[in-house]
Amino acid sequence: MITVPRLSESVASIPALLALNVARFGDKPAYREKEFGIWQTRTWAQTADEIEALALGLLSLGLAVGEHVAIVGRNRPALYWSMVAVQCAGGIPVPMYQDAAPEEIEFALDHCGAVFVIAGDQEQVDKVADVHERLPGLRQVIYLDGRGLRKYDHAALTSFADVQAAGRAGRADLIETLTARTDALGPDDTCVMLYTSGTTGRPKGVVLSNRNIIETSKNSSEFDHLRPGDEILAYLPMAWVGDFIFSIGQAYWTGFCVNCPESADTMMTDLREIGPTYYFAPPRVFEAQLTSVMIRMEDAGRLKKWLFDRFMAVARRVGPALLDGKPVGMVDRLKYRLGEVLIYGPLKNTLGFSRVRVGYTAGEAIGPEIFDFYRSLGINLKQLYGQTEASVFITQQPDGEVRSDTVGVPSPGVELRIADSGEVFYRSPGVFVRYFKNDESTADTKDAEGWVATGDAGFIEKGSGHLRIIDRAKDVGKMADGRLFAPKYIENKLKFFPNILEAVVFGAGREMCSAFINIDLAAVGNWAERNNIAYGSYQELSQHPQVLTTIGEHVAEVNRSVAGDEMLSGCQIHRFLVLHKELDADDGEMTRTRKVRRGVISDKFADLIAAIYDGKPEIYTETEVTYEDGRKGKICATLKIEDAVVVPTTARVAA
Amino acid sequence: MTGSGAGPAGDAPPTVPQRGVLPDGAHITADGRTIGPTLMDMRNITLRFGGVEAIKNISFDIREGEIRAIIGPNGAGKSSMLNVISGFYVPQEGEVWFRGAKRPPMKPFQVARLGIARTFQNIALFEGMSVLDNVMTGRLTQMNAGLLAQAVWWGKAQREEVENRERVERVIDFLEIQHIRKTPVGRLPYGLKKRVELARALAAEPKLLLLDEPMAGMNVEEKEDMSRFILDVNDEFGTTIALIEHDMGVVMDLSDRVVVMDYGRKIGDGTPDEVRGNQDVIDAYLGVAHD
Repeated sequence: MITVPRLSESVASIPALLALNVARFGDKPAYREKEFGIWQTRTWAQTADEIEALALGLLSLGLAVGEHVAIVGRNRPALYWSMVAVQCAGGIPVPMYQDAAPEEIEFALDHCGAVFVIAGDQEQVDKVADVHERLPGLRQVIYLDGRGLRKYDHAALTSFADVQAAGRAGRADLIETLTARTDALGPDDTCVMLYTSGTTGRPKGVVLSNRNIIETSKNSSEFDHLRPGDEILAYLPMAWVGDFIFSIGQAYWTGFCVNCPESADTMMTDLREIGPTYYFAPPRVFEAQLTSVMIRMEDAGRLKKWLFDRFMAVARRVGPALLDGKPVGMVDRLKYRLGEVLIYGPLKNTLGFSRVRVGYTAGEAIGPEIFDFYRSLGINLKQLYGQTEASVFITQQPDGEVRSDTVGVPSPGVELRIADSGEVFYRSPGVFVRYFKNDESTADTKDAEGWVATGDAGFIEKGSGHLRIIDRAKDVGKMADGRLFAPKYIENKLKFFPNILEAVVFGAGREMCSAFINIDLAAVGNWAERNNIAYGSYQELSQHPQVLTTIGEHVAEVNRSVAGDEMLSGCQIHRFLVLHKELDADDGEMTRTRKVRRGVISDKFADLIAAIYDGKPEIYTETEVTYEDGRKGKICATLKIEDAVVVPTTARVAA
Repeated sequence: MTGSGAGPAGDAPPTVPQRGVLPDGAHITADGRTIGPTLMDMRNITLRFGGVEAIKNISFDIREGEIRAIIGPNGAGKSSMLNVISGFYVPQEGEVWFRGAKRPPMKPFQVARLGIARTFQNIALFEGMSVLDNVMTGRLTQMNAGLLAQAVWWGKAQREEVENRERVERVIDFLEIQHIRKTPVGRLPYGLKKRVELARALAAEPKLLLLDEPMAGMNVEEKEDMSRFILDVNDEFGTTIALIEHDMGVVMDLSDRVVVMDYGRKIGDGTPDEVRGNQDVIDAYLGVAHD
């Protein structure tokens, strides 16, 4: 029986934890990657060996203590090893978003003064090469996949394998330095620096210490009873704090195995092959999977469709209760068992969720129907609330207390406080050390006693003690007549409709609320196909009269549900338009984690907003778009502005 | 502007291989690739179908490691030329020399054994088979185990399949088609089918790869992808590539040297820049002004 170390004080750093894992789990799988059609496994001992070779190689390239090394690429074991190798060699790893534009990479590389970049492939090397001449501090770019790089100037370009080889060759000379640097690492030394996605302004470098990562990993692993032998699929951006905690922090603490997909396109197949036991996905992934299941069921035979509808009704009724261990009648239990054999089991297998013991979703609010769908199948899907500054965890839902409208109770070790303004504050062992080179922001966010402002408004529910988040604190405003305005709350309600991908609601300081809506091309396109509606482009489909009618119905339904809420009844949407383009991070309208940038959107589409409030029936507009390769183009369209059905409220009557 | 068998004359070969001229006309290109000696030499080829002369007395060569394009308007005889190179058509006059020896008339499988692989203008894949199985057929020339051994999958047959599968997986990885490995080819869009065909040709580890209009019917993005793959194949495996293509922009960007055909005749031969400036070529493509 393997004993997990009880005290996090006993391990001072992630490299120390790695050494411990070699002793604890030596020949157990640590990282797995599908390559050439086969899952290639590395054990903890092999992982430690690879990391050592790379760390030695970095020393041979002249990495000094405290220097930053950027890591950019898709999820691959070698890049996870890089993060730890950099720390072992005394440096600070800085993972970056792989889909970031060259200017964003340049900002971050310049801000942290990175001396090396470890890049996944040619695409990433190209981006760095674009900005290299403006970064005098950048000494070497190390690449993993040499495909297409043969002809490049190799003066400041080295392959990952060569760096490791140099490290292995120079081991005798360098090992003493490496051991000294690794042993010197303490709990307060920096473990990783992560750039926040930056909903407003420039990204900030969040410095997280070994103590932050290890304590948080320990607490959260114990909370969900994670154990060696668990499997996760690492497919979310490596620059995101959650991935660092799951794929390094918790993986090292509990000793479970991290699996990397073959490519971004094979993610769903790989998910099915691995069958993770611990799974994390943002709501949009669950949403997309549900949409695809529903679309495919429409094509299924009548018997299959009948069985599916029938047993899903049973599952919706009793599934969540069974999962929460609440009493359920004998007949229903039997029906559910039968459904498990006929429908739920095979469906979970197809989705890759057969073995999921703990599943999490976070980042955005998840639609109750979507959430309940997965719960009713018997998948233990829960919600958590967190942020980079907290090393992820602020609140999470314990087993048996899972609901779609709360984000759970404070995670172990976390204290919560709601300010008079409604803003949520927290204090925990995971609280970040500081923002890199930005003392002003650090002081604004974290006070002397260690309390951190989340920037979100919320309240703690009486009775259950669960936290409920209403909106971003700065977005919560007042309408012209003083009624409360919480755009996110309304947007989420809109986004729960499969036809609506994104929504942006305006109304602060105005007489009435209005909305921009993005249709979901997968769902609406499928609907158009089934109804023989021809369309030539996203733009044409978005302005189709029937699409506008359907969206209008959705808006009316949201208005009805909002009208029932005393506090927010003023937020009903009076007018809306369907945008002619998808909101996109490349155009700066969203963050890389797909959060809407309200300010950018209201500036960029000021003409549309003006038209809505001027009461115009339609508006002609031209919009600049950026293609994935950075080129710019322009699209123009005439957008119809629709009036929505609004429920009269008492407040309005009184006014 | 005709005839390019000899390399640029006059310069003495430098001792250290650098950009410039190597013995036997071999040289290193501006982007660092080595162009070797002549791999295939077409000498005075004439091909007739009944009374129609599809190819009229054409000579040109293909050097090891280069990307050689054959271009020309519709009906110029490009595909016929490719079929002569691949051995599918036997010309009435002229000789085909491959790796320093005259090539006798051959069956297609014998040509394949020589190390020549091709793709087709109209995709020729097994629609009902998966991508993986289709690409595996490219390895057929490398499989020697007997029928019985293959049927019971034992001994040599098993070893062979494992080796071949590994090679095929490398090609699949290289062309980034992992996500459709198990998908029947019939369900794939056109652009991906083209890529699968290239994969099958590559799986044979050819010395010379013939591509018959690899970009036909593709959109801009698919063309860009395909161009990148062709360059990468040439760069990574050192495969010599001969291709026919309509899209002038693509040809000029990709190729080291270009042969231009019109009505069965060769009207130009040289680097893309040379061809671009050739008055005959301009006339053939843009028409001649009569005033």
